[in-house]
Amino acid sequence: MKTLPLAAGLLTIATAALAETPVLTVLTYDSFTPEWGPGPAIEKGFEATCGCDVQYVMAGDGAAVLARVQLEGAKTDADVVVGLDTNLTAAASATGLFAPVAVPATNLPVPFEDANFAPFDWGYFAFVYDKTKLDTPPKSFVELAASDLKIIIQDPRSSTPGLGLLMWVKAAYGEGAAQVWADLADNIVTVTPGWSEAYGMFLEGESDLVLSYTTSPAYHLIAETDDTKAAAAFDEGHYVQVEVAGKLASTDQPALADAFLAYLTSDAAQSVLPVTNWMYPAVTPAAGLPAGFETLIAPTKSLLLPAAEAEEARAGAIAEWQTALSR
Amino acid sequence: MLTLDALTIRQGDFSLTADWSVAPAERVAIIGPSGGGKSTLLMTIAGFIPLTSGRLLWQGRDLVGVPPGQRPVSMLFQDQNLFPHLTVAQNLGLGLSSDLRLTSVQVDQVESALRRVGLEGMGERKPSELSGGQQGRAALARALLRARPVLLLDEPFAALGPALKAEMLDLVAEVASETGAAVLMVTHDPADARRFADKTVLVADGVAQAPQPTAALFAEPPQALRDYLGTA
Amino acid sequence: MADRAVALRIAALGVALLLAALTLGSAIIVAARATSWTLGPADGAALRFTLLQAALSAGLSALLAVPVARALMRRRFLGRGVLIRLMAAPFVLPVVVAVLGLLAVFGRAGPVNGALAALGLPALSIFGLHGVVLAHVFLNLPLAVRIILMGWQAIPAERLRLAQSLGFSDRAMFRHIELPMLRAVLPGAGAVIFLLCLTSFAVALTLGGGPKSSTLELAIFQALRFDFDLGRAALLAALQFALCAAVTVATARVASPFGFGAGLDRAVLPFAPRGWRAALDAVAIAAAALLLLAPLLAVVVRGVPGLLDLPSGVWPAALRSVLVALASAALAVAAALVLALALAAVPLGRFGRGIEMVAMLPLAASGLVMGVGLFLVIHPVARPESLALPVTVLVNATLSLPYLFRLLLPQARQVVADYGRLSASLGMGARARLRWVILPRLSRPLGYGAGLAAALSMGDLGVIALFAGDQGATLPLMVQRLMGAYRMEQAAGAALLLVSLSFGVFWLFDRIGDRNADA
Repeated sequence: MKTLPLAAGLLTIATAALAETPVLTVLTYDSFTPEWGPGPAIEKGFEATCGCDVQYVMAGDGAAVLARVQLEGAKTDADVVVGLDTNLTAAASATGLFAPVAVPATNLPVPFEDANFAPFDWGYFAFVYDKTKLDTPPKSFVELAASDLKIIIQDPRSSTPGLGLLMWVKAAYGEGAAQVWADLADNIVTVTPGWSEAYGMFLEGESDLVLSYTTSPAYHLIAETDDTKAAAAFDEGHYVQVEVAGKLASTDQPALADAFLAYLTSDAAQSVLPVTNWMYPAVTPAAGLPAGFETLIAPTKSLLLPAAEAEEARAGAIAEWQTALSR
Repeated sequence: MLTLDALTIRQGDFSLTADWSVAPAERVAIIGPSGGGKSTLLMTIAGFIPLTSGRLLWQGRDLVGVPPGQRPVSMLFQDQNLFPHLTVAQNLGLGLSSDLRLTSVQVDQVESALRRVGLEGMGERKPSELSGGQQGRAALARALLRARPVLLLDEPFAALGPALKAEMLDLVAEVASETGAAVLMVTHDPADARRFADKTVLVADGVAQAPQPTAALFAEPPQALRDYLGTA
Repeated sequence: MADRAVALRIAALGVALLLAALTLGSAIIVAARATSWTLGPADGAALRFTLLQAALSAGLSALLAVPVARALMRRRFLGRGVLIRLMAAPFVLPVVVAVLGLLAVFGRAGPVNGALAALGLPALSIFGLHGVVLAHVFLNLPLAVRIILMGWQAIPAERLRLAQSLGFSDRAMFRHIELPMLRAVLPGAGAVIFLLCLTSFAVALTLGGGPKSSTLELAIFQALRFDFDLGRAALLAALQFALCAAVTVATARVASPFGFGAGLDRAVLPFAPRGWRAALDAVAIAAAALLLLAPLLAVVVRGVPGLLDLPSGVWPAALRSVLVALASAALAVAAALVLALALAAVPLGRFGRGIEMVAMLPLAASGLVMGVGLFLVIHPVARPESLALPVTVLVNATLSLPYLFRLLLPQARQVVADYGRLSASLGMGARARLRWVILPRLSRPLGYGAGLAAALSMGDLGVIALFAGDQGATLPLMVQRLMGAYRMEQAAGAALLLVSLSFGVFWLFDRIGDRNADA
């Protein structure tokens, strides 16, 4: 009989103690938070200074994160959203659920302007191949289409890189995109729902090239000391994926949210990203990029459709792609 | 006294009436053409088929609405009298405690019931390891344990040979007299009726006639019985 | 007795309502949030492709299963029981793992193409409609074989004996014994596989070779993820339900109700012709074993190196997966038992048909729509992450219920017919009946069904992806995340762990069921 009030008392104290520590809820994609992702280090680093508790909530990939925000609406518990990309920001802004943030100075290869979102890393889409199996990689979409090389790509309707490729072709060829797709059709072995299936099948030898990032070879080099993978440099230029973070207008921790976004582009966080997210940091850390990144191709031309334009072009581009590949 | 008071059973086109009673410890055979409603009558007394009108009484208490397991009745079916996945002892034990939680006294009771029907030492066997006659004995042993005042037999020994069947009927008679139970037994064999039952109910043409002394009935069979027996 | 029957019916009605709420209800909740109601031109193409691949997959699985089941039925050989159990593995395999296993065998770098190249023949591509159908046959052939084996076992031994004593030729045997059985059993088997392939997503997309192979489920995914078009998602989900209802009704007209096959080794009199027919049987068994086991072997071979350095997070995820699987199996078994017993006790009237129909709904339910519907219900009252595991248990139990229900129903009818009166005359209460009659008599289908439910739940990504927070990852989600982070070797190791656990749980339950069915 005595233990019950005691336990209740302890519980009250515990709850009170908990209540004193504000909680910052970060909605992000799946690959951000595992032990091998950037999440744990960033959580630890930020918690050391903020006197708060960072809690991650995960939802698939970037598109799933946005769908989640839309599902939850203004009632969301999330304070910060990490991991949308430039193909999604227009739709995200249109929901009216995001608040303006301080956009940090970055060294992105393309101009980036969006009052609601702060970039934290970026990468170039590219076709990755195995140097031991392919001596002369294609130097453009045209060359690729003319060859009998086999490629695996992702579905733009279910995957971020898939959508990125669609925009890449659109940005490079505009009206001519449909023809490029028609020419590429016989090179495409299959279209996967997500990046991981495509990349896994490529590693198993199902194709000569796979749609991924210019930074992908860095993973094999640094984590597996395997230098056989490389990205094919395309003359048309490479489409850029910028990953951004935003603050929800409904947050009950606006100051903490701002602090977290600032931390995300700090030197500490930025130096974690290249070897966890395998992307370029939005702000090059003082210590520079990790050894191995210098071996990656450096595209001379960077492509990126402005968010509004990308959003507008999306439905038409998907239909175009579908028609070309359904023949 | 088991009383069938202006009892009517109707199922679609089929109907059966009965208006008579059976005294404790009385042994009654039920005979008649197949499809006439012999089994239906037993199933109604046992509580599996509702009666359409009339009353069914035991010692003046109305049995309508009383679930089968709570009626003063034990029944041996044509088949499926034993659970094949349970041991013989477990099958018997269900007669004492339906959730098989047996006291040590009850375990002894099961043992002595087995002995009583000549199945000593076979308690741990599965029914499939018993012969047809032994299965019948096991079912009877359970009826012995349940000790209900009315025992209903729906031709449980029909598949046995004449000698074995006679032996089983004697055993039923012994069990019944030990528990003082009234027995209602469906049969299609007049010999069974003569051997076993003081009285016989003729079920034909939608009526279960009142029990009559067996000897007298067969000595001067009414037309329906003559038709059934095939005597002119 | 009447009270008990009424209580059971009320319980069954409750279960049915819950099922309807989870399947139809979730679609309605999603629809309620919709702002527009249009289907695109691509949706028509998706519908056509979905129907085509489902019909081909179902037809081929059912047809190929006939010789395999016949051979397994009439031949006795060392390891037959193990082979039959092992052949169930593809059915309980997580789809992503199954696809990679198939690729390892039939892919560009696999042994099949290696052999073709050695013979100077052109390479085969696994991608395209034929690849989708191959994968679906791989996944569903075991189910079809099991159902037909069950059909064989339901033929009374007396009839086989009669046929033999009359000196039936092979042809007469087929005409008078096998064909009537197949006519009763095959349409049901085909229908179930058709329904399973109807909601196929990853297989069709990964092996389909392009957007011409889009299925309805992919269209739903697209609508929910990229377009946030809840109305379109709900419409497509409704289309799936309508197809399910049509197939269920149509099948009920031409065949005995679907069964899922429980038996393994009931005493059936094998009639085993010698000569070339024996060779043919051997070929059928060997071909099926090769098709079903080679990709499994590939999964094992690929996974072993990664097993040694699995990230630490994999182990708690594995534990969570096992717990989720056990809990969903328990829930599904309880719910299916209530439905089956309630139906077994009454003649098949409107009540029975209604329940039967509702029990089939989960086969056509879109996991995505169900997840989003639940999310919309839960989000206003609780943090979805905190309910990730209970919701997963509930959804997985729902999705595996049709199998269990179909397994249990015929046998439950049998038990009630055989022992209902005896139990009642002994005055056995509900608990005593369950303990001493129903559970032991239904032990075989219960074991097999619980194993299926647990294994399916273990491998299913289902809704967990929508609900999982920082802590709640299950093993399939872990495999997905490892693959998403370049860690293919670790992913293969985790996948092997997943397959082993799934199959281990299935095997265990199936064995327990068999062991206890000793009468």
